[in-house]
Amino acid sequence: MAQAAGGADFRTRLQHLIPKIVLAPSLAMVLVFVYGFILFTIYLSFTDSRILPSFNLVGFENYVKLFKLSHWSIAITNLGVFAFLYISICTVIGLFLAIFLDQKIRGEGMLRPIYLYPMALSFIVTGTAWKWLLDPGIGIEHTMHLWGWESFAFDWIKNRDYAIYTVVLAAVWQTSGFVMAMFLAGLRGIDNEILKAAQMDGASNWNLYRRIILPQLRPAFLSAFVILSHLAVKSYDLVIALTGGGPGRATELPATFMYSYTFSRNQMGIGASSAVIMLMTIAAIMVPYLYAELREKK
Amino acid sequence: MAVASTDTAIRTGNATRVLLYLVLLLFALFYLLPFGIMVLNSLKPLSEITGGNMMALPEVWTLDAWRNAWSQAQIGVEPTGLQPYFWNSIKMVVPAVAISTVLGALNGYILTKWRFRGDTILFGLMLFSCFIPFQIVLIPMARILGITGLAGSTAGLVLVHVVYGIGFSTLYFRNYYAVFPTELVRAAQIDGAGFFRIFWRIMLPSSGPITVVCVIWQFTNIWNDFLFGASFADFDSQPMTVALNNLVNSSTGVKEYNVHFAGAIYAALPTLLVYIVAGRYFVRGLMSGSVKG
Repeated sequence: MAQAAGGADFRTRLQHLIPKIVLAPSLAMVLVFVYGFILFTIYLSFTDSRILPSFNLVGFENYVKLFKLSHWSIAITNLGVFAFLYISICTVIGLFLAIFLDQKIRGEGMLRPIYLYPMALSFIVTGTAWKWLLDPGIGIEHTMHLWGWESFAFDWIKNRDYAIYTVVLAAVWQTSGFVMAMFLAGLRGIDNEILKAAQMDGASNWNLYRRIILPQLRPAFLSAFVILSHLAVKSYDLVIALTGGGPGRATELPATFMYSYTFSRNQMGIGASSAVIMLMTIAAIMVPYLYAELREKK
Repeated sequence: MAVASTDTAIRTGNATRVLLYLVLLLFALFYLLPFGIMVLNSLKPLSEITGGNMMALPEVWTLDAWRNAWSQAQIGVEPTGLQPYFWNSIKMVVPAVAISTVLGALNGYILTKWRFRGDTILFGLMLFSCFIPFQIVLIPMARILGITGLAGSTAGLVLVHVVYGIGFSTLYFRNYYAVFPTELVRAAQIDGAGFFRIFWRIMLPSSGPITVVCVIWQFTNIWNDFLFGASFADFDSQPMTVALNNLVNSSTGVKEYNVHFAGAIYAALPTLLVYIVAGRYFVRGLMSGSVKG
């Protein structure tokens, strides 16, 4: 009997070890390739690395230089404009499409996938399509001229002051359908009994939305904001495919800045410091959100 | 929840409904047109695009641009078309999706049914890795791939996509297994079933839907990736997105728009097909990637 118990004990101990052994490779990968690499890049941002990593510490010099560069301030300003417009326009379009679709619309099953399919495309494909539509010589402007609207002008993509808005336009095209799906899921989760009760009390549709429905969509608003803002900070492919950062530097974003300073201009220290700023921006949004999400679960 | 009706209880008048349909149809056009016009124009000869109206139907319908983009277009140095890059993408996507999904399933199983102290923190660390701006890992990753001799190879790209993909795949399976009855696992344990046996016989048979969601999500993400492909690949491993960008944005010669469009459609086709065939799962993946639980 005692022997059997000892054997069972060993097996139990082994059984408790196996999960940890199986989890270990994934964990090691994440610790090294994500957190180790983050630390390495942070370290590099305090060194005088140029074409190759150097371990010679120079304090905050790269950060000081970074914020003196007009190139960087353009990228930051562009990100501000882009993120603000992209997030707010996507939210407005997504919310209204969801509310409209929620009115017992015939053909909803057809419309929903149409709104959402751009999300399945690569930003490079989106960029290719819009680059051409926005090209005044051949795209929308040209077509309007052919249709007889001679004075029609839509050359934003060639215009330094307006090019950033074309990036917003293409990005909204790609992701607003996704925001619609998030809000629609939120709307479908609202209990109809409350709405019916409020209607019997004589509440107007406007008041129903303002007082009952929108407040209940708070989690959807929060998720949309978090997802869209992290997409905005990470935006890289779309700019490369649509404008290449131009004309001039008119559509340069932190992500394109980091790439060109690190890999084309051989200013790795400055490139690393710009990546650290990007990470901190995203962490400021994501960490509290994930923390709250994980705590709720318990 | 008393009656779980899927529609709203809001009532609308006739005039409002006409307006609703109008707006909804306009937006459908907004989403359809860019890609639709691109498809239409890929079937025209170049002269009809540069000299004609993009909204017009082709006068001469031709698949020349499609043939050209696939096997003849000049990308980089060689006039190979997009064909080799398409296979590069396939060779990269298939193992990366398979490995990250298997690891995600195992991780999700452990993090919900074999819980230990600190598991939520570990999961939080994995989850955050999904959202980092990848610029923060580009420099050390380039060094490591160089040192290990994986730079410029498909194997290197597979490694990169697995590493940065397991956060999401773990998330999917963890949330799915979290609502799976733990009593079943405990009962099997009492009957003497071990770690792998329980996974194989009890968890996996009921994991069909979430596996589809996870595979679709990873496939779409990895196929559409540009940053890693542009940073770490060379000719033998460059994925479709990078090749398409080279094709469209190379400054030499006449811009063959119809070839660019056909190329873009090739690059979009696999993910679009998946979306059309399994759109329901695609949407579910998107949602659980954002609204956790």
